[in-house]
Amino acid sequence: MANNRLLVSMSPHDHGKDNVKKIMYGVVLAMMPAFLVSVYYFGLDAIRVNLIAIAACVFFEWFIQKVFFKGKPTITDGSAIVTGMLLAFNVPTNLPWWILVIGALVAIGIGKMSFGGLGNNPFNPAIVGRVFLLISWPVQMTSYPKIQVLNFAITDAETGATPLALVKEGLKNGEPFSQIIESMPTSYTDMLIGQMGGSLGEISALALIIGGLYMLIRKIITWHVPVAVLASIAIFTGILYGINPEAYADPAFHLLTGGVMLGAIFMATDMVTSPMTGKGMLIYGVGIGVITVLIRVWGAYPEGVSFAILIMNAFVPLINKATKPKRFGETIKA
Amino acid sequence: MLKTFPKGGVHPAENKLSKGKKIEKLNMPETVTIPISQHIGAPAVPVVNKGDIVKIGQLIAKSGGFVSANIHSSVSGKVLKIEPSMDASGYKRMSIIIKVEGEEYEPDIDLSDTLVKECSLNADEIKKRIADKGIVGLGGATFPTHVKLSVPPGKTAEHLVINAVECEPYLTADHQLMMEKPDEILVGCSIMAKAIGVNKVLIGIENNKPDAIKLFKEKAVSFNNIEIYALKVKYPQGGEKQLIKALINREVPSGGLPIDVGCVVQNVGTAFAVYEAVQKNKPLYERVVTVTGKNVKNPVNLLAKVGTPISELIELAGGLPEDTGKIVNGGPMMGKAVNNQQIPVTKGTSGILLFPNKLAKRPEVYNCIRCSRCTHVCPMNLEPHLLKNLSNKALWEELEKERVLDCIECGSCSYTCPAGIPLLDYIRLGKANLNRIIRSRK
Repeated sequence: MANNRLLVSMSPHDHGKDNVKKIMYGVVLAMMPAFLVSVYYFGLDAIRVNLIAIAACVFFEWFIQKVFFKGKPTITDGSAIVTGMLLAFNVPTNLPWWILVIGALVAIGIGKMSFGGLGNNPFNPAIVGRVFLLISWPVQMTSYPKIQVLNFAITDAETGATPLALVKEGLKNGEPFSQIIESMPTSYTDMLIGQMGGSLGEISALALIIGGLYMLIRKIITWHVPVAVLASIAIFTGILYGINPEAYADPAFHLLTGGVMLGAIFMATDMVTSPMTGKGMLIYGVGIGVITVLIRVWGAYPEGVSFAILIMNAFVPLINKATKPKRFGETIKA
Repeated sequence: MLKTFPKGGVHPAENKLSKGKKIEKLNMPETVTIPISQHIGAPAVPVVNKGDIVKIGQLIAKSGGFVSANIHSSVSGKVLKIEPSMDASGYKRMSIIIKVEGEEYEPDIDLSDTLVKECSLNADEIKKRIADKGIVGLGGATFPTHVKLSVPPGKTAEHLVINAVECEPYLTADHQLMMEKPDEILVGCSIMAKAIGVNKVLIGIENNKPDAIKLFKEKAVSFNNIEIYALKVKYPQGGEKQLIKALINREVPSGGLPIDVGCVVQNVGTAFAVYEAVQKNKPLYERVVTVTGKNVKNPVNLLAKVGTPISELIELAGGLPEDTGKIVNGGPMMGKAVNNQQIPVTKGTSGILLFPNKLAKRPEVYNCIRCSRCTHVCPMNLEPHLLKNLSNKALWEELEKERVLDCIECGSCSYTCPAGIPLLDYIRLGKANLNRIIRSRK
């Protein structure tokens, strides 16, 4: 009485509860606090930018998949949504829609699908898109709208410089750091909660940290990369600040402004493009931190997180090779 | 802090549904199908012919080499035929099929329940008795016990490690046996210690069996050389190398054996079988089997005779549930799926696990997202994602450098993979091909 409805497969016959879809939607959920803050300060534009970026990313993935890859559509795994949201988080809310769509095309088309889709891309797709836009449309990408609390009217908001740009400009002109900070309307508390100009999702360090803690608890990320990035930035800028507190910004300023939190918690931790071992993640994180500070302090751009992550993405295969786990019983002779 | 192995491991849901269920004796089946290869090593050689009348405990196939084991009849009756029949491996293998008539035992078997504590045999006599009675490792690997107890020249054993971990979810056979036969098990342990000439026995029990830990700690007091250790629950702690690491923090070298770090590891069920063989003259012809599953009406622990079709065990557990999608011989992590209910219980059958359709299916497969969870859960510190890729590209020799042969096939990688990739399938393929290449080098 052979029962041909019985499945015969190799062990294990049990499987853990987590899957790619749950991980991706977990990331989306973790981005919600920062998204809500962006709606609070940038109004409907924040929603508009997110929707356009997500829709464009999902569409391009679906289209490329259908035309070039054939097979089962992959858009339901949620990774295109994550890329779309991260791209939206990395641009000013007043960005023209067509620039955003081009960014999505570059992120998904070049950053992800050209390598074979999810899991095969060496660089973080959202950052590929963002950097492409930054280099192609530097003016639009760095004209940040001034924040307005809960203003849902569609108006052409005024634009203004971010604290990071103000400090960079001021230091270049030889003004002492303490003076620049004093003349700035933004306090450190404002920076922590996100009451300052900047890209859509990067402004609130607090909201990003809450999202990060959620991902940590869900085991979507480990502590290694965020801690390594943040600690290395704090230590590096701390040394500089210690040497000359007037010529360099202090560590708290560096940690709370620009894309550091967004980069350290959401972009650098991307599983696909970060190293596989804890040790490797620490090296990678320190690399991102150091390069970020190098660009911020001595580079042409006020912000360097995106470039730093892209550069370190390129080193990931090498880092993986250098930090192979030691096999059980490897060191002992038989 | 409870002891455990430091690196890797997973925590699958325990689902010990048959926990605390008294071991029930299965009725005598009508016919039994006893494969002549129920152990690792050479198949046994049949010593009976068609038409012979056999008794319970009578030798029906004798060991076919150094690494091999005797096989005894589990029933009394008439040998119907000797022909290939499908076993849990899915292959047809030579089996002795016996029609049951009456219930007649070999006269030298002591069937009483009296505890026999003293053992007057010397080490060699013990090993010979164990070999005679066909004892093999009952944890699942079924390695002939007398071979494992023979310490190779040049090596010294310091510890006898008893695996009472039962880290496989669902299974409770060992746990229940420990609750019902603690004295016998402890005597079995000290007999094995005598056979290998060590005076330290370490019994590792996972902390999800507090009753067994308590009972054994009380009972072990009267043995001056047996220590009981409670271990933190983590799969695959029942792996020899993981258990040794957890208990005495020694790492068995890559490619080596426990004896390389002075250990001999035996399963707790084997200790009981050794007791019965040495003290009671009873060959290994029956064992405790857990029959369980989410939809099973009455999950049970059964004392089943080798050769009994698993359908009879399932019947006693309330019958095959309507929507059964998979039958597994063993536990959910390392057991083998079988395609029918006629396959026989063998010495290595620790459980029969029935999965409803919903749980039988494998998860949906996505692209690898390089999350490296497989690397983090691998108790041997291998990189399953890398092994999978190398295996997929047929780079067998590269796999050797990556120490694919160290893989203990615990399945933690496949279990964990969020992309649902059956990593262990690829690794097994790689191991099989690499072993073929290694054999051809000689």
